[in-house]
Amino acid sequence: MNKFTTLSGIAAPLDLINIDTDMIIPKQFLKTIKRSGLGVNLFDEMRYDDDRNEIPEFVLNKPQYRDAQILVAGDNFGCGSSREHAPWAIADFGITCVIAPSYADIFYNNCFKNGILPIVLPQEQVDVLMKDAEKGANARIEIDLESQSITTSDGEVFTFEVDAFKKHCLMNGLDDIGLTMEKAAAIDTFEAAATQSRPWV
Amino acid sequence: MSPKTLYDKIWDAHVADEAEDGTCLLYIDRHLVHEVTSPQAFEGLRMTGRTVRAPDKTIAVPDHNVPTTLDRANAATMTEDSRVQVEALDTNAKEFGIHYYPVSDVRQGIVHIVGPEQGWTLPGMTVVCGDSHTATHGAFGALAHGIGTSEVEHVLATQTLIQRKGKNMKVEITGKLRPGVTAKDITLSVIGETGTAGGTGYVIEYCGEAIRDLSMEGRMTVCNMAIEGGARAGLIAPDEKTFEYCKGRPHAPKGAQWEAAMDWWKTLYSDDDAHWDKVVTLRGEDIAPVVTWGTSPEDVLPITASVPAASDFAGGKVAAAQRSLDYMGLTAGTPLTDVTIDTVFIGSCTNGRIEDLRAAAAILKGKKIKEGMRAMVVPGSGLVRAQAEEEGLADIFIEAGFEWRLAGCSMCLAMNPDQLAPGERCAATSNRNFEGRQGRGGRTHLMSPAMAAAAAVTGKLTDVREMM
Repeated sequence: MNKFTTLSGIAAPLDLINIDTDMIIPKQFLKTIKRSGLGVNLFDEMRYDDDRNEIPEFVLNKPQYRDAQILVAGDNFGCGSSREHAPWAIADFGITCVIAPSYADIFYNNCFKNGILPIVLPQEQVDVLMKDAEKGANARIEIDLESQSITTSDGEVFTFEVDAFKKHCLMNGLDDIGLTMEKAAAIDTFEAAATQSRPWV
Repeated sequence: MSPKTLYDKIWDAHVADEAEDGTCLLYIDRHLVHEVTSPQAFEGLRMTGRTVRAPDKTIAVPDHNVPTTLDRANAATMTEDSRVQVEALDTNAKEFGIHYYPVSDVRQGIVHIVGPEQGWTLPGMTVVCGDSHTATHGAFGALAHGIGTSEVEHVLATQTLIQRKGKNMKVEITGKLRPGVTAKDITLSVIGETGTAGGTGYVIEYCGEAIRDLSMEGRMTVCNMAIEGGARAGLIAPDEKTFEYCKGRPHAPKGAQWEAAMDWWKTLYSDDDAHWDKVVTLRGEDIAPVVTWGTSPEDVLPITASVPAASDFAGGKVAAAQRSLDYMGLTAGTPLTDVTIDTVFIGSCTNGRIEDLRAAAAILKGKKIKEGMRAMVVPGSGLVRAQAEEEGLADIFIEAGFEWRLAGCSMCLAMNPDQLAPGERCAATSNRNFEGRQGRGGRTHLMSPAMAAAAAVTGKLTDVREMM
């Protein structure tokens, strides 16, 4: 997994609540058996018209946001399906950080497995960053995971919370499965005991 | 011992390891797998030379992509990419030696219907699947939730999941439901009350007289949509109805093991003085047959209401509601019963079980669908389909003008050819009314099977109580 330590990039504003996984990556793109290549279909139905032409008003089609690495969005981002194609599409587009007041649980967890940092901030601070993002390509936002801080283009600093274990994995690009396999003895012990106490399982 | 909730009890029985910071390895009893969210996980195993740790606890069935038309044995009914995905599951199931119900098997169906039907889902278990509607299995008093593909790979390799414990939320539905009100109306009404993020970070336990009165099918409908309220899992304490449903299923325990299982299952309830982080109570009598008007499952109103205005809302919901109204092509103030419908879809893991088909057939018996209406019933599994045929329900649907399909997810998420055209308006028994969910530009109104059947007859959103 790609590491996430610091990021200085352009933020795209997407000021909508309840952005769901069908919006992030519509189902017709879930038929892939790969993890890569979904970036071109990120927000597909908002981004292209029926003839596959780009809709110029959509934020990621605007020249100043085509290289955005950060997305600032409304409440309950990523609600809906468990499809990991959503973070895959976001990462494949080049976005490695999302900032929103809240996320759906499954999406939030999926981000950390794919080198994406989902930051939760109070609505007032998201509002400030949304305004900052609206300034376009000259407004770079800086993120430092180690110190858990965000610096706006005006130099204002916000701090954010993140689970220590998730932070550690993200900063070091660690593979969860490898880490868990180091605890194989504990799993073996549990499994043996469970087979005794609940043999029908 | 300190009092515990049902969730606490199941959690505690499955912690294989706990780190100092509270991060746990939760042991997984059942891992359900389908074709869309698993290929990359199996590929990951291959690339790292890993195997499936517990193939006996891993059950796969293709459901999302499969055509539901009668000619589906013909590979040409599938698009190339869908076919590749289903074939990948065929190969992976065989190669890794997991339980498998291929498309050709009569037991094939939607993974969340097949699991309980075959007795894989049992009380007190931990159940995961790369699908958010895994919450369905909570109806058995199992801790069941959706996971992403990386987690699918993690469970395949280690039979555990890295988890931190969620908070406890109690949703109590007191008293009796009124006639015409169903499990679907309960679960939609709860989401209308809490919002789609109200359950985020929680595991919900549904309780109260109205929940106890529900059949297992109804309880599965309620738990199925816990995720639409933001909760990864919803559950209901097992009782005699649960045990009766499980008994004799192919993979349920038998003989002495059944007795041993029952001894434990009977301890699976929330203690009287258990701590709840959040409590929501609805009166069963206050719940009406409901429909959704917008593009979020929280956009719920009684069928007797009118389309709201964006200005009825506050905060970010104003813009979201306006966007929904524009997308849905609805005008504020229009009575919901004046909204005309083009298509009716009865099926899905929410409402594709036998009781759902019975409820719809009861409304349709001796009636015809509105002329020009497209209507389909997609049973949740091959066995549900067979039972419905045996009970004469299939004949009622066919005579009314419905298409009688084979089992699969179908138009709930429209990954197979069953899709809405732009602007096409659908009365659906499924679980999500998101933009584009049932097809680009398609407009979805969620409701119960009986309400969907009523809409098929009148061609409009309809109060089913007027047809009972």
